[in-house]
Parts: sequence; C-alpha cells; structure tokens
Amino acid sequence: MKKEISRRDFVKASGALIVCFSTASLVEPLAMAQGPFDTHPSHVDPEKLDSWLAVASDGTVTAYTGKCDFGQGIYTVQTQLVAEELCVSISKVKLIQCDTSVTPDQGTTSGSQSTPTNFNTRNLAQAAATAREALVGMAAQRLGVSADQLTIENGVVSAKGGRHVSYGGLIGGKHFDIAVSSTAKRRSTSEWKVLGKPVPSLDRVALMTGTFEFVHNVQVLGMVHGRVVRPPEIGATVGNVDEKSVQHVPGLIKVVVRNNFIGVVAEKQWQAAQAAKDLKVTWQPRLGLPAQKDFYDYLRKQPSRDLMLVNSKDVDNKLKSASRVLKATYLHPYQAHGSIGSSCAVADVQADHATVWSATQSVYPTQHGVSALTALPLDSVRVIFVRGAGCYGLNAADTVSYDAALLSQAVRRPVRVQLTRQDEFLSENYGSACVVEQQATLDASGTIDAWDCETWTASFGGRPGYDQPGNVITGMLAGFDPETINPRTAVEPTGELRNGNNAVPSYVVGCVNGKCGGAGSIRSERVLTHAVKSPFFTGPLRSPLRLQNTFAHECFMDEISAYARADPVAYRLQHLRETRIIDVVKAAAKTANWDARPSPKPGTARTGTVTGRGIACVAYEGDNGYAALVAEVEVGQASGRVQASRFVVAHDCGPISNPEGLRNQIEGGVLQGMSRALGEEITWDDRKVTSIDWQSYNTLPLGIQVPIIESVLIDRPEAKATGAGETAITLVAAAIGNAIFDATGARLREVPFTPDRVKATLSSRG
Amino acid sequence: MAAISLKVNGHAHTVDVDPETPLLYVLSDDLQLRGPKFGCGLAQCGACTVIIRGQAVRSCVMPVSAVKQQEVMTLEGLGTPEKPHAIQEAFIDEGAAQCGFCLSGVILTAKALLDENPKASDEQIREALSNVLCRCFTHTRMMRAIKRYQRSRA
Repeated sequence: MKKEISRRDFVKASGALIVCFSTASLVEPLAMAQGPFDTHPSHVDPEKLDSWLAVASDGTVTAYTGKCDFGQGIYTVQTQLVAEELCVSISKVKLIQCDTSVTPDQGTTSGSQSTPTNFNTRNLAQAAATAREALVGMAAQRLGVSADQLTIENGVVSAKGGRHVSYGGLIGGKHFDIAVSSTAKRRSTSEWKVLGKPVPSLDRVALMTGTFEFVHNVQVLGMVHGRVVRPPEIGATVGNVDEKSVQHVPGLIKVVVRNNFIGVVAEKQWQAAQAAKDLKVTWQPRLGLPAQKDFYDYLRKQPSRDLMLVNSKDVDNKLKSASRVLKATYLHPYQAHGSIGSSCAVADVQADHATVWSATQSVYPTQHGVSALTALPLDSVRVIFVRGAGCYGLNAADTVSYDAALLSQAVRRPVRVQLTRQDEFLSENYGSACVVEQQATLDASGTIDAWDCETWTASFGGRPGYDQPGNVITGMLAGFDPETINPRTAVEPTGELRNGNNAVPSYVVGCVNGKCGGAGSIRSERVLTHAVKSPFFTGPLRSPLRLQNTFAHECFMDEISAYARADPVAYRLQHLRETRIIDVVKAAAKTANWDARPSPKPGTARTGTVTGRGIACVAYEGDNGYAALVAEVEVGQASGRVQASRFVVAHDCGPISNPEGLRNQIEGGVLQGMSRALGEEITWDDRKVTSIDWQSYNTLPLGIQVPIIESVLIDRPEAKATGAGETAITLVAAAIGNAIFDATGARLREVPFTPDRVKATLSSRG
Repeated sequence: MAAISLKVNGHAHTVDVDPETPLLYVLSDDLQLRGPKFGCGLAQCGACTVIIRGQAVRSCVMPVSAVKQQEVMTLEGLGTPEKPHAIQEAFIDEGAAQCGFCLSGVILTAKALLDENPKASDEQIREALSNVLCRCFTHTRMMRAIKRYQRSRA
C-alpha cells in the first residue's frame, strides 16, 4: 500500500518546468501577527508573472501562493480571486500553496495580512490582472480587433460576430515571459461575479468525509516514527541520558541527543512512544520560576525594553492638576494556542538534500531554520506546507518540523514526529502575559481630558523568521539562541504613529510629529510600553497583544463612562472621530437594540441571576479592519458563572471577498474569544508548567449552551481589503467584562473571568 | 508483536503489531486511514473517535487487541465524497468546519447518540458533546448541522 508518498508529476507551464508535490498541497490562522508577511525575492521571482500563474492547454489555471490555509478559508478566497481576475469559473483554478520549490516567498501567513498582501494592488491579485490583460492583448492580435472590442467568458475571449479564442489556445503550454504589471487594472467590485459571493469552502466535502490529507496523514516510503523528550522545565539542561533504559523497546532505531535536544526513533509509532516514555534522562534543573500568584508584580519590576508610542507631554501636568484621576490596572494571563491536533511533521533529511512536510505558517523561514539546524545548503532544503490542525498563531508546528529534521538527519531515514498533548503544551510559544495600567482625567463637562497608558508584556523567543531558529524550543535545545529582551529606556516617538499592537487606545488623537493617526479626539495622550523577558517562550496568538491591550482600553473606557454617568455607546462616539469605527459602533448598537443608559443597570439585585450588556470596539492595528461587539450576559451571583446569551458583531474589512467565509471567521473568533475570556490560562508551580492537557487547561467544549451570534457585515467596495480573522476575537473579553459590570456593578480586571474570580469580585462590591 | 485481525469500514485486515498498540495508531499508520486523528492521546478531545457496536469510542486509548471481532467504522467509512452520509451532508450544507481536525469526534459522537435516541433533546445532545472539543470554535454551525440531521430523520 505504501507508495512513493502521494506524489504525482505536475507540469508547470507546459513542461517547461517539471516539479513534484504532495497532493496535500492541492487540497487546501489564521491570521496571526508579527513576522515577515510581505513578498520577498527568492528563486521564484515575484516580479515575474510566471511565478504566480500558468495556463495549461486545456485552459486550466494554476496559481501559486505563499499564503496558506489552516482553516481560516484563505484557500477558497484566493481561488475566487484568481477566478475573478481571469474571468474563469472556480473549477478551472488550481491553487498551489506554500512550497519552497514552486511558490513565491510570501514570508509568514499571519498577522491578518494575507488579504492585504494578496487582494489589493500587488502580488497574486495584480498577477492575475496582468495575465488577463496579456491574454486579451494576445486575443486582439489573433482576432485582428482592438482589445476593447473583446469580451471574456469563462476563459474564452470573443469578438463581436462570434469569433473567439480560448486561453488554452492563446497561451496553453507556454510561459507568459512578462513582468507583473503594476498598472494592470483590477476588476472593480461592481463587476465581481465570483469574489464577493458566499462561496462555500472548497475543502468541506473532503473534511466531512475524512478524506482530506493533513500533515498527520503524510506517509513517505521508508518512513519511521520519532518522539521527543522535552525538558520538564524550560531552561533545564541534559545531565545524563541512559540509553540502556530503552534497550528493551522493540523496533527502537536510535536515541538522538544533540545538546539539550533529545528524541527517539523507532519503526512504529507505538514503539517510539514507549521509548520516549521509558527513556531515563537526568536533567539539571534551572533556578525555578517566579511564583504565579505574584507574577504580574514581578513583570513590572523587571528590566525592560521600552517604547513611547505617543506623548503629548502635558499628561503629567493634567494628572497632577486634576481633581480626580481615574486609575485601573488590567491583567491578562499567558494563554495557549492549544491546537486540537498535537503538532506533527515529516522530514526526510539525506546527505545532500532534505524535504520537510510541515504545517508551518512560514515555509521559507522554516527552510532557513532547517538549513541552519542540519547544516545543509539552503537551496537543497525543500519545505512543503501540508495543513495541520488550526494553529491560531505560532503553535508547535514550526518546532515539530525542526524535531523531525533533527531526528531524520540522525537516522538518515524519513521520520514522522507526533508530539504528545503534553509536548504540545510544553513546546508552543504562548500568547503573552500582560499588565496594562490606565489613568485618565475628565474636564468639567465630563469629557476625557487626558489618557495615560503603560503596558508590560512578557516576551521570549517568537517566530524564528529567516535567521533565529532558537526562537522556538527545538532550536534553542539544539544550541541556537532565542531572541531576548535588551533593556532600553524609551525615546520620544518619531516618524508616524505605530499602532500595530493596539497599545494606543482608539479614543486619542495619536499624534506623532504633528501628524495624527489615531481614531479619537483626546489630545493629551501618553502610551509607554515595556517588553520584559518572559520565563516561557512566547509568540503570536490570534490577535497578539491587540486583544490584551483592547481588553484594557475598552474596559477602562467603560469605567470612565460609568464614572461620567454616560451611556457607554454615546460616550464612545463622543470621543471617536474615525468614520469607520464610528459606523461599526452604531451598527452593532442598532442591531443589538442597545439599551442606552449608563452602567451599571439600575435596580439590580445583589443575589440570583442578573443580566447585562456591554460593548467594545476596535480599529484593528489602527487601520486593518474595524469591529464593534455587543455582548449580553447572565451572571449567576451565587455560582460566579457567566453565561453569554447573545453577541452582535458589526464588522468592516473593506470589500468583502466571501461573506460566508467571513461569517465563519467571526463566529469562531467570538466563541474562541469567549473561551479565552472565561477560562483559559497557563498555570505553573515553582518549577514547571502545570497546564499540560485538557483537564488542566480550560477550554469550552462543544456541549456548551452556545450563545446567539449575529454578524452585521459592512461592505466597503471602495476601500482597501483588510484582514478579518482577528478583529472580532479582539473584543470579546472587553465586551463580556463590560456586560458583567452592567449586570452586577462589579468590575473584572483580570482574565480569565473564572467563577471563583467573579465571586471574589462580586463580594468586594461596596 | 502479534497478528491481529480487524474489520474496518467493511474490509478485513490483518496487522502485525504489539497487541497493546492503540487502535488509532493501527488505523492511521498501518491502514492509512485519515478520518480518526491524534488530538491528545488521552481520550480528552474526541479527534480519534470511531464507532464500535454503535458507540462512539476513543481509539487513542483503546488497545487494538480489545477490538476483537467487533467492526470499526471511521469517518471515511460513514460515507464518501461522492455519496456522503446524511449527517456528513448536513455538515457540508451548514459549512460546519474551519480546520476540520475535530470532525471525527463531532460527527461520530452525534451520530452514535442520534442513532440510539433519534429524539434526543438539545440538552441530551449537549451532554453527549460535553467532552468533544473544537478549538476553531465552529460550535454554532456544528450544532445547526446536528439539528439539521436530526430533523432529516424525523
């Protein structure tokens, strides 16, 4: 049954270049953040049209993209994009995702940047528009009429009177041999026939029938199985490895030790699992961990790398002279990506070349990492993306790819590595723990006069990028250094407002050098951020820092409006000046039938179950999508249990490429946000992480009472396309926290809102 | 190692494995089936679910030797891309997936329940799914798909 993987030959542009790939790359983040997501020069030259598109003689279009699908739907919508620009049906387009041998280097599929990168006036969109114009030009010549006399329907170009020629007849088998044109005209949104339509995801039938190939299903001829043995504590080093302890395991091929990296390889997966379990390793422990109960205080006391994002320089005076300064501190824990599938990869590292099948978001950066780890030349390493379980950012997909490469190199056979659930929790780069301190003053009319924000973020490692394999655990264990924090005091901001982390609240003017890029109207503003060395690896987790910062800003805005005895919606609108965020706030409030009045709700009982509503809004990364969320919750005041009953999201991501896919992302984002807000938290004792499975790390199962989710989609055909996978989730903790306050008068300032924490906060009400 | 006979999705197989090997590893590695997946290996998430004697079973913790003569059905044994089972059809119609890694747990757990109790209440459906995880949180669509399937059989 085992065959030379599931490969088949594939001809790119009429046999001019023959390449092979796994079928997996045919069939199909999640947008996260941070990392190189632009298009980079590589051996697949992004300036050349042939790097992006080929038309076969049967008219089939093959498109090559550096942005891949983990379940967020970018495969389907990129297929729509190519079909739209080339005026062919979706079924004629075959999309090849992320394979270092054939696709352009588009860095990392992350940061809600796939749509901005490939759907505006560069890259895939522009390549497809260039191809259409080139084909029309060829048809004009062939048919002897001017281009403006021609029409296109499903890959056939026709002149008046019925003479026509197909794309296959025009180019099939040949290269275009032209550059991607920056002036080729994109089809306007008013002409769209394929984009903008609710096209169901193209992978759904294969998924539902269990035939879809995940990276976990990749089988290579001669493949054996590896498992890793991770240090119980981050930073522990190998003392002694007793290989005799696993001699009894049948099928064992090798115990592999490289610096502090340890793995085992065996003929069968069960044998590898037994060997990894039984292998006796003595670890030299590190010094221990800061106590979790005091961790947020610890964070604030560490040396830090500081950044001043805005500073109007009058904030201290305003704080000193104000009759009342409102203050609040918000705390957000480390959280896990917690992919449903523990990560897996297959690597075949031979003496002079290597192939890695990986669920990485970053095939080219991973190619660099594997090259560094194996000391093979870069161009002899090929990384092929094969989808894994949804990752939501930097889960363990990169690190397990390194694991597989190291183990394969040690045994010179293809090795499949499956992490255990515990490995996954101990191997991934957590979403950062944060502290946000807020202060504000009001003028005599009750308008906010000054807003002061200071944040502390725990950070260690991160995306490996092209040159830092030590940023994930396997690279560090194998001897590469992680990126660390070099403490530095802040200098005054220069250039333009940088609000990629949403550290700057939406309500300030955001002025840098006299240019004001903020969404709000508060002129006295100061935002200072501190990056602090984390004891655990950290990395982008869906809406990285944007979620943590927005939780703090949107709850604080709610606290101020309560102090001012103002309606939270009206008070927000009073301090906003950017139309697009104003519009989403109004749309969410209208659809939710918002009960306009100050919070908390008057006359609420101190016992029993009470209800409330809360709102939050964001201009994601400043200008990468806009959303507002109304949450309606019930709070059991005896149990401390919070049950969301309804969410209304208003969402603006520019022109909507696929409303069906967008709704799916919004709904998933809201519920994932609810799980993170209500229960998710990495825990540890004095030496090691203790949240290592689904009993010790909370997640909301499928059997919950699912709240109603209503999505209001605001289409902006004239605007640039923005990301949409991370906008809604950014708002959930804040909207729920504000709704709890509305219902009970108790303010939750620490995520997650567990029953115990809710009860403690309720009992501290005056 | 021992020769173990198995009947999976209507086909008989004999594999030479340690009898303690979890059924999941035999299905994935030896029989190259793609439906059941390694999620946690601890019976905590459901991604490895198969159906045995009408019950949803977590194949990651069941030794292959315990299966004996009982027929095993995986997600791909339920229906095919050309002819999906009615519950798969309901999930397709509702677009009830994102990454799709969890689907064996969701679809097969719901099917086992509704085969046994076609009139299961919403509460009973939730109870059956209380240990099934979807980390993309496609809950809304999945519950809709399950209800659609339930209605289609009424």
